[in-house]
Order: sequence, then C-alpha cells, then structure tokens
Amino acid sequence: MSERTLTRGNGPEPATLDAHRCQEVACGNILRDLYEGLVTETADGTLIPGVAKSWSHSLDERVWQFELRDDARWSNGEPLTAQDFVASLQRALTPQTAAPLAQLLSPIAHGAEIMRGIAEPATLGVIALDAHRLEIRLDRPAPLLDLLALPIAFPVYMPAVARYGAQHARPGNLVGNGAYILSAWTPQASLSLQKNPHFRDADSVHFSRINYIVTEDAVSELKRFRAGDIDLTETLPPQSLSALRAEFGDTLHIDPYLGSFYFGFNLTRAPLQNNLALREALALSIDRDILTRYITCLGEQPAYGLVPPSLRDYQAQSMTSSTLTAAQRESLAQQRFAEAGYSKAQPLSIEIRYNTSTLHRKLALAVAAMWRKLPGLHVTLRNQEWKVFVQERRQRAITQVFRAGWIADYNDALSFLDGFVSDNALNNSGYHDAEFDAFLSAARQLPIGPQRSALLQQAEAKLLRDQALLPIYFYTSKHLLRSGITGFAANPLDHHASRWLSEDASTQTRSAATP
Amino acid sequence: MMRKLLLRLCGAALTLWLLVTLCFVLLHAAPGGPFDAEKSAPPEVVAHLAALYHLDQPLWRQYLDYLAQLSHGDLGPSFQYPDFSVNELVAQGLPISCLTGGLALLLALLVGVPLGTIAALRHQHMSDRLLMAIASISQALPKFVIAPLLILLFAVKLHWLPAGGWASGDGSSGNWRYVVLPVIALALPNLAYCARLMRASLIEVLQSDYLRAARSRGFGEARLLFVHAFKPALLPLIGWLSPALIAVVTGSAVVEQIFGTPGIGRYFVQGALNRDYTLVLGVVLVAGAMVIAVNVLVDGFRLWLDPRQRE
Repeated sequence: MSERTLTRGNGPEPATLDAHRCQEVACGNILRDLYEGLVTETADGTLIPGVAKSWSHSLDERVWQFELRDDARWSNGEPLTAQDFVASLQRALTPQTAAPLAQLLSPIAHGAEIMRGIAEPATLGVIALDAHRLEIRLDRPAPLLDLLALPIAFPVYMPAVARYGAQHARPGNLVGNGAYILSAWTPQASLSLQKNPHFRDADSVHFSRINYIVTEDAVSELKRFRAGDIDLTETLPPQSLSALRAEFGDTLHIDPYLGSFYFGFNLTRAPLQNNLALREALALSIDRDILTRYITCLGEQPAYGLVPPSLRDYQAQSMTSSTLTAAQRESLAQQRFAEAGYSKAQPLSIEIRYNTSTLHRKLALAVAAMWRKLPGLHVTLRNQEWKVFVQERRQRAITQVFRAGWIADYNDALSFLDGFVSDNALNNSGYHDAEFDAFLSAARQLPIGPQRSALLQQAEAKLLRDQALLPIYFYTSKHLLRSGITGFAANPLDHHASRWLSEDASTQTRSAATP
Repeated sequence: MMRKLLLRLCGAALTLWLLVTLCFVLLHAAPGGPFDAEKSAPPEVVAHLAALYHLDQPLWRQYLDYLAQLSHGDLGPSFQYPDFSVNELVAQGLPISCLTGGLALLLALLVGVPLGTIAALRHQHMSDRLLMAIASISQALPKFVIAPLLILLFAVKLHWLPAGGWASGDGSSGNWRYVVLPVIALALPNLAYCARLMRASLIEVLQSDYLRAARSRGFGEARLLFVHAFKPALLPLIGWLSPALIAVVTGSAVVEQIFGTPGIGRYFVQGALNRDYTLVLGVVLVAGAMVIAVNVLVDGFRLWLDPRQRE
C-alpha cells in the first residue's frame, strides 16, 4: 500500500520535543501527534477520553479518579500504566526538569511546593490505585480536564529519560503513546513522523506519515503552499482577505482563536499611573474597526475586552464605550483628555514600544495617528528587538505604552486574567487592585460552573473599568488546507492533531506521489 | 618553512581566542537574556535554568568554564534547543552551508570565468557591453530580491523545484532538488563579480608588454591566451576566492532564511535573536576557524600559481 503523507507547515523550529519543557505552538503541534494525555481533544476541540476511558470526581471536584484503557501502550509495545502518569506528573513539577509551564499543574496537591523545591516529588497528589486506576487530588478546584490535555501533562517514558537525559526526545530514543512516532529530525528544516502501530486507535489514523516543515517566515510558507510543497500551513501573512479568498477559496480557513492583542499601560509611573481619564481618552481615541479592517485584515475581531468571546462557558466583558459610535467616542475622548489635564497649552508626550514586526509597526503607526488627534498629544514610536523588549517591559522602569498579547494555554478565563494579579510575574503593567485580586482568589476556590464564571466576569469588568489595558483585537487562526483533506475543524485553541485528518479517495494518488 | 607554519598556527590560535573573548563579552553585555519570553517561566524555573547553564556564576567564572569546555572540543549545550548540543547543531549545519556555499562558488567560477573571458576577448564589442550590463544588474540585485524571484518562477509558476526546505533526513529521494535554488541565489552575485574581475584582469594581461612581445614573435592567439595570459589573469580571482568562499559559507543567512535551508548562517541569526550564547559562540568559532583555514589554503595556492612569491 502506498504511503499517505501529510506535509504541515509548523512555524519556527520547535525548541524541544520534551513534552514537559515545551511552551510554544511549534512543539505543541508535534507533541499532540506523538503523545496522548489522560484526556484528549476532538478535531473541534471537545474534550474526550484519551488514555483514560472514564473518570469521576468528588462533589467539590478536588478528588478525581481515572480509569485507564487496558490496551494503552507505549510506542515500543510496553503497557502504559497509571504509574507512568504518576512518574511523569512528578517529573513535570520537579524543579530540575525546568518545565516553563509547570505552574499550570500547581492546583494538584503539593504541586506548588514541589515546583518551588520545598516538597519532595513523591508527595504529589497523584496516586496509582492499581495499574489502570489513577487518583489525582487537588489543593483547589481547577479545570483539570483541560489541563490534562496539555503537553505538560503528557506521560513521558521514564526509562528513556533516565537513559538518554536531554536526548530522550530524539528519533530512535523518543517513546510516546500517540498516533505517531518520531522518525527523523533535521533541525531548522523538518521533522518526520510515522504512524504508531501500537496506538490504541491506529486503525482510524489515515496518514501513515506526517512531515512537519520549519517555516520561520509566513510569506515563505505561503509560497511553499502555492508551489504545492505544503498541505496545511501554520499561519498566513497579513494581506487582503478578499484577495486571499479569491485565490484560495475554500482552502482558506479563518476562525476565532483564544488570543487577545492589546496595548499595555505601565501603571507604575507617570503619566499613566493614577490617571484614569488619560487612559480612557487613549482607549476612546482608537478606531478598532479601521485597525482590523485595513491593517490586520484577516478577519480579526475588534476587542473591547481582554477575554475573547469564543471562550467556553463565559460571558466576555466589554468596555462601556463599545456601544458608542465613532463620533461619540472621539468627542468623549477629547473631553476625557482635557479632564486628565492636557491640552495644546499643556502638551503630553507618550511613547509606544513594540517588538520588531511589520504588523506591530503598522499598528503602532495607526494608533499613533489616531492619538495625535487629541490636542497637545505627541506620540513617539520605539521599535525594539524581541529580547530587549520583553526584558524592559517586565522591568516596568522605562516603558509607558507597550505592545502585548496573550494566547490562552487552555480554555479558561483565568488563563487571561491571571496576568493582572498583583504578584504575578507576568503582570507587566504593574496593575495592583485588591478587589480584582479578591475576585480571582475567590474564583480559584470554586469548581467550574456559573458561580466561578461570574466571579471571573466581575474581575474582567473591573479590569476594564480601571482601563488597565487597551484591548485592540481578538486573534483569528489562519490556515490554508489543500483541497481534498478532510477532518479539519475550527477550534478556539487552534489544536489540529494529525490523527483527525484524512483525504478524499480522489486526491490520494497525488499524496502517494509526494516525495 | 616549519617555523613559518608554527608561527602562523600560533597567530591563528591567538586570533580565535581574541574572537571568542570579544564575542563572549559582547553577547553577555547585550540586553535581554536567553530565558526572557512572552510567557516567562516562574522564578523557580528561571533560577534552575540559570544554575543549569551556569548563568548564576560571575561572568569571569563563566568565561573560564567556557574556555575549559572548549579545550575539550565541547561547544556546550544550546540554550534554545536543549535537545541538542552546539557541537551537534554545528555538525548538522556546517556541511549544508559548505555544500550550498561551495556549489555556489563553483557555479560562479564555472560560468563567471568563461563569461569574463569572452567579454575580455570581445572587448568594446556589443557582446562585451551586454554581458557586463547583465553582470552589473546581477551584482546589484540583493539576495532578498533574487531568492523570491527564483521561487516565484521555478517553484510557484513552473513547479520544477521546491520553494524551500531541505531533505527530511530520512533518506527520501530527490534531495538534490532542495539545493538548486539556494545555490543559484547565492551564486548569481558572485558569478557577476567573478565575470567582471576576470574580464578586467584578462584585458590588462592581454595589453601587457610581455604579451605584446609574444604576439610579435608570432604565437597564435589561442596559445597566447591559454599558455601565457590565462594563468596571471587568474591571480586576482584567487585573491578574491578566499573572502568569497567565507562569505558564501558563513554569510548566507539571508538565503538560508528565505529558502529555509538549515545551514549555520541560520543558526547564527537564530542564536543571536534568542541570546543562545553558546550557539552563537560556537558558530563564530567555527566560522573564524574556517576564515583562517581558507586564508592559509589560498596563500598556498597563490604561491603555487605565482613563483615570484616563493622567493
């Protein structure tokens, strides 16, 4: 039988294929093919049983029991047991593993202490009741099923880790439990995966080989799609949506994505500190429809809040100004700017910092042009190389307004709101509000449900009332998918495991001929 | 002769040491660290990573540790790609850069020398002017213009060659197809320069007194060209070969980026952007060693071609 190959563009070189050290999209895409967690996702992002065939939990959702499949196997044929999950979750939280997203597992009992190095990994609240039953105890309620579908919760094959150390994720060394096995890795070029015959649902996996291509640059990736080298692109460069639609028709997939682009305010120093009127004037002066229609172009939705509307079981909040017309907003902006104490006679200089990127430059230029309509406001732009930008933004010493954005790790509003908690290391704006912190703290103590959502909504509303950030747009996921490939479905986290994809019989001849 | 060689080697070692030291200091002086990211890790994790890569040590200690490591031929672990050591990444990227760079230079010589020769022989004729006009345009066009044009024509329109990438390393056939466009993109400006240099040099030799004397003694034009003129006319080209080879092998980052070729130029760019200190130092060290080695080789070649320099 001929080999059915799918070639996927995958963005930059994945930093690692160690599931516990992965924190970017590039490695996450591949790891979802190489591994399967206790819980997994369908093509449209619905959580379904993975290695666990069923689960139950206590009333307060702090004790969870998982029943593992009897036929769960590692790719080397060995049985996959509950003890493998215990060892893997302990490894993920051990400081020596240096897992950047380990804090996502901190709700597990003693997880936070283990992460800080003040408790032994063996004390983690994950217990193998027998070979196929696993218990997870939580210190506080959390969206555990969402978390267990993430690479940080994937089982890694500990004998390979013990034997090969950092090299356990190489072709030949990597033992996974997913639909595919890593067969080749040429750094900065490509990775090849072969179908895993020991995967529990191997019969349903259509493509026998997946090639992940490193596509550092979206423009080059588009050219490679046009040339027929790539079946599925990771993204698209900004350009006219109508032109793209005309060229690509139904091969173009643009869908809502759980990501927000916003400008952050440095709230720890003048002029934005303690000046609500100024921040509001700046927010009111921006015409987001123009920005999304003429600059980002690819179906992005204007944002008046932080949490995207596509989030599950959550009522996204909006700034009160979202219902005003452009003229009303402009007029109110002038008024608030004057109230803030600025005018032609009392001018103000504001600097926008952004990291090197054509899109960021265009957005900053457009925002600056909109702000310059305020009398006496001078705007300067500062472009910085990425590492310098993130360092200075974190230090909050010299920034005023800075580019920011957030892509959710999992489908929960906490993923967005956490970054504004007073003592959070990711709080680049220095927002400090006891009421906001209290909302989040209270929400953390509640199981997933309407009460918890209400608290998170109140927290977001408070953040927006305080004009703590300047929302611009909600991201979209953008892909080109070769005609004839089926099984692709929009999902808010933009996760597309290759096992769900297949192709029409009529197009299989072409695939077989692809080198 | 042996003393000369030893002195040369000592000089090379000193140069490399200065290069590494300067690069080490500059890299660590640059703002931003290897673990700064949009979603920066918790402080405990960052502290552990810093300890793992000895970034928690004073700079002088890190420097001495690095030199000690280097003395064992170990370029250290990559900060950005923890699954690989820098030795492995360089070993993977260098042959690719050498292959594309070497082929590009070979193509430049194989096409540029005959074109330059034809232009010199047809000096002041229409064909000479046409060839030199084309050469000027090829030389003036930056690689970031040439490369996308090649992709557009040969990959997107004609579908003859892939638009970029590299063979997957799993033994797939047709690997040569990935080399063609990067080699042409790298070769074109060098080819043009090579043709111009050859033309100018050959014209000068052909107009020299000793060639005129030989011509007056009745030697045929073919003999004059291939026996008496060609060898001295190649000398400036030999002098150019060294920097050209180094430039195409180590300075091909733009072409590698556009075609997605996994050579060391790309590692250098990625390493610098990611503050992957060891990766950048490793690439600089290897590139520095190559510069020195190529210079020595070219000097030897020049001695072979020009007997006067041996005295």
